[in-house]
Amino acid sequence: MTESTMKAPKKALRPVKWMRENLFSGWFNTVLTLGVAYLLVTSVGPLLNWFFLDANFVGSDASDCTGAGACWLFISQRLNFFIYGFYPDELQWRVDVMFLLLAVAFVPQFIERFPGRKWLGLFGIFGLPVVGYFLIPGGAFGLEEVQSSKWGGLMLTLILAYIGIIASLPIGILLALGRRSEMPIIRGICVIFIEVWRAVPLITVLFMASVMLPLFLPEGVNFEKLARALIGITLWQSAYMAEVIRGGLQAIPRGQYEAADALGLGYWRKVGLVILPQALKMVIPGIVNTFISLFKDTTLVLIIGLFDILGTVQSTVTDPAWQNVAIEGYVFVAFCFWIFCFGISRYSQNLERKLDTGHKT
Amino acid sequence: MGNSMTDQTQTSEMQTPPRDQSDQKPGIIRVEGMHKWYGDFHVLRDLNLTVDQGERIVICGPSGSGKSTFIRCINRLEEHQQGKIIVDDVELTDDVRQIDTVRREVGMVFQHFNLFPHLTVLENCCLSPIWVRKTPRKEAEATAMEYLERVKIPDQANKFPGQLSGGQQQRVAIARALCMKPKIMLFDEPTSALDPEMIKEVLDVMIELAGSGMTMLCVTHEMGFAKTVADRVIFMDGGEIVEEAPPHDFFTNPQEARTQKFLKQILAH
Amino acid sequence: MKKQTFDTRPAGPKPWNDPQVRSIFFQTIAIALVFWGGWVLVENTLSNMESRGISTGFGFLDETAGFGIIMNLVPYDATMSYGRTFWVGLTNTLLVSAMGVVAATILGFIIGVARLSSNWLVAKMALVYIEVIRNIPLLLQIFFWYFAVLSNLPSPRQSVDVGGALFLNNRGLYLPEPLTQDGFGLVWGGILLAIAAVVAIRVWAKKRQLATGQIFPTFKVGVAILIAVPIISYLAAGSPIEWDIPALKGFNFGGGITIIPELAALWIALSLYTASFIAEIVRSGILSVSKGQTEASKALGLPNGLTLRLVIIPQAMRVIIPPLTSQYLNLVKNSSLATAIGYPDLVAVFMGTTLNQTGQAVEVVAITMAVYLTISLLISLFMNIYNRAVAIKER
Repeated sequence: MTESTMKAPKKALRPVKWMRENLFSGWFNTVLTLGVAYLLVTSVGPLLNWFFLDANFVGSDASDCTGAGACWLFISQRLNFFIYGFYPDELQWRVDVMFLLLAVAFVPQFIERFPGRKWLGLFGIFGLPVVGYFLIPGGAFGLEEVQSSKWGGLMLTLILAYIGIIASLPIGILLALGRRSEMPIIRGICVIFIEVWRAVPLITVLFMASVMLPLFLPEGVNFEKLARALIGITLWQSAYMAEVIRGGLQAIPRGQYEAADALGLGYWRKVGLVILPQALKMVIPGIVNTFISLFKDTTLVLIIGLFDILGTVQSTVTDPAWQNVAIEGYVFVAFCFWIFCFGISRYSQNLERKLDTGHKT
Repeated sequence: MGNSMTDQTQTSEMQTPPRDQSDQKPGIIRVEGMHKWYGDFHVLRDLNLTVDQGERIVICGPSGSGKSTFIRCINRLEEHQQGKIIVDDVELTDDVRQIDTVRREVGMVFQHFNLFPHLTVLENCCLSPIWVRKTPRKEAEATAMEYLERVKIPDQANKFPGQLSGGQQQRVAIARALCMKPKIMLFDEPTSALDPEMIKEVLDVMIELAGSGMTMLCVTHEMGFAKTVADRVIFMDGGEIVEEAPPHDFFTNPQEARTQKFLKQILAH
Repeated sequence: MKKQTFDTRPAGPKPWNDPQVRSIFFQTIAIALVFWGGWVLVENTLSNMESRGISTGFGFLDETAGFGIIMNLVPYDATMSYGRTFWVGLTNTLLVSAMGVVAATILGFIIGVARLSSNWLVAKMALVYIEVIRNIPLLLQIFFWYFAVLSNLPSPRQSVDVGGALFLNNRGLYLPEPLTQDGFGLVWGGILLAIAAVVAIRVWAKKRQLATGQIFPTFKVGVAILIAVPIISYLAAGSPIEWDIPALKGFNFGGGITIIPELAALWIALSLYTASFIAEIVRSGILSVSKGQTEASKALGLPNGLTLRLVIIPQAMRVIIPPLTSQYLNLVKNSSLATAIGYPDLVAVFMGTTLNQTGQAVEVVAITMAVYLTISLLISLFMNIYNRAVAIKER
């Protein structure tokens, strides 16, 4: 009856058709497209010039920055400071080792079917902090001691985010379990703890850690500034972590609890062997997302006088030896954070999609 | 494939009263040489069909045969690319006004009910009469209650759709469509998403509706319904109308091999 | 925890195996631990404060502050008390939060809708905006606007001059200030009258629609009344406003309203940052309304505008509002980053300067945290009420 090979009627060439449908459908869309295109065209040129064509890449000091564009050699000249802070040059290999181990542990997580990926991940979570604990501050195994006041830059940012997330994980688990406990008093304590921390801004927590923590401790006991910040961050983060994990606990079907009860497992075995492994796997994307926001929030430590990567840049852009390099500095830091956060968020989105389909089948 | 314009002989097992043919208007739906593509995929091929007022048509066919797409073209939920669709003397083109005119006169019932969950049953029924037909609310509510009584759930009027069973929801959906006093009703697999025990209550409502002389196009797998109610059964496969015949002929003496195969599969158990 | 006996009537487990006894036992221990911890903290704190010579109690709130604050909504000068600095800080926090909430909401909704636009270019630009802005730390964005953009504006003498009334320079944005003269009461009257008229028309139009089915263009008429009536009454009263136009006096501008660069930078950064999150919330809210809803509405003959207004938006808002309120809460908390660029918000003024001068960390921190806790509780209270009101009923 009909020729079965009939093709769709083609009114126009493909790209033209696409543009008509996606860019110029109706007067409103046409105006929008033209407006946005105009903005793009007028801004891309100057931006390209500033970033690349008029920019200075080589040289040794501010006098080499002659172009109208960006002074990238400010970044390359001070890169060491931005990455290691005041960490002594000859000991920086220790930090490099940690960077390398971090990459070895976590980069394979992005590659599916990488052999031993799971074990590397577990090493990253449990082994790496131990190695770092001995390697970075030194003072043992014949390693020269480096005061925490000398740590800074990207290294400090990573330390804060990493320890913040790892240390808040167990506290968060306990809090989440407590919040779902059937004992009203335990539940009440956990709810108050979680809600109070979640209600206050991180700055007040950091202020509290730096000003009030010394008052809370018995005389003679004192922490360094970095340790105080870490305690504050960890407590604050554990409240958020608890809420993420609670989401996972709630998603576990009742049947799992009943099955574990039916097997005669006690509370801790039930939770440890049946519930938590499932719940934690389910909330990995959530944990990764809290990690991203914590990673961004670590910049706040510069307010209490620590030199994270933004802190190091902020302290150098006001250096009179360099003129007007604020934008270059901020662009550099923004780029570092963006690469990390965007990459990790893509990873967590993939994971979410995979877990999603895993549940449906 | 020619359009059979012949009037059907009444099948013997028909339970519904024969349709009233006094004020019927020929060709309330006319589909002429209609084609549709999804990208390069040719979903509907050269469909021709004329439906008279008061006619009851059942469309069946294997899944993916394009039958749902076909009836969704009739109220322009899907666009066709070639050929003509004329509903109640209005041709469906890109013109939004004509589309709205047609949609006002054509009611549709979906497989998944698509009731508005944020409105009560009564509000679901009154929404379109109030905003599109500009009916006073009292009047709209009275009409809605009338139709809710006809589908036998007036007592649920102030509940929300989420509080009803599937069968009840589908009956509300039918009442909602009827509240617009449409000239044509489209049913897109209205019983496919229902539990077996609820299918009957929906079919009963549809049979009752068919008896009242409504023009109906039903995509359905309920062959019993087709036998009792339909004036014509249309079998679609691969985007084409393969066969159309009065139900008695269709079930007892199918002409095409594809129809025979389909009927064998569907009636096997 | 599990009773291991298989007796038909258990003779009663040993006390340490009875779940009830265990539960009471654990909870008693928990309470004891909390009290003990609290007591140790209080003890340590008191002895530490004593040895450092820090006084306790809230008496400091009445002492003279003695420092200046660059922006105040409530009257303030250095001779006033620490209690007053608290109010100055709090109002400044609320001001920038309110400004941020308004701007972020408008921008976020626009970008969220743009993200779903059928226009490819617009949708992609919205995507780029969201992915860039939300992956860069807020503090960095605040620094960028404050140190890299606003401080690079020309000096007061070379101000950007818009029509001789509006000036922009590195000291801030200077706007003319309307000073109401005698007879402005008539304008207020006109505004109130217009609002009352619009409300009345709405009620009347709704009633008429329900009774006769006629639909009245409430929105258009309402906007017209809201614009026309105040203007007419303004003219009738003989234009009773005088503009205090900022003018260059010496090295800086005087007169008019000043938006200091600290406020501007914080406001811009907070709004842009939060908007990127709101945009995602709006997008997923709209997407959460299934395609079947739109189809059903169209099949009933509702045109696109009404489909959006009666079917999609009411359902999307239920999904959007809860995460939206938590974004508002985040914005209020994030406004505390003010302290990094010296905008005098609650944290900067009270937890910063006041705490440093008085040393009364415990009291100051407690008050500050109580403020944020209150704001947070109010917002979640509102959210719970809203959720209960709009919850879609299901079996």
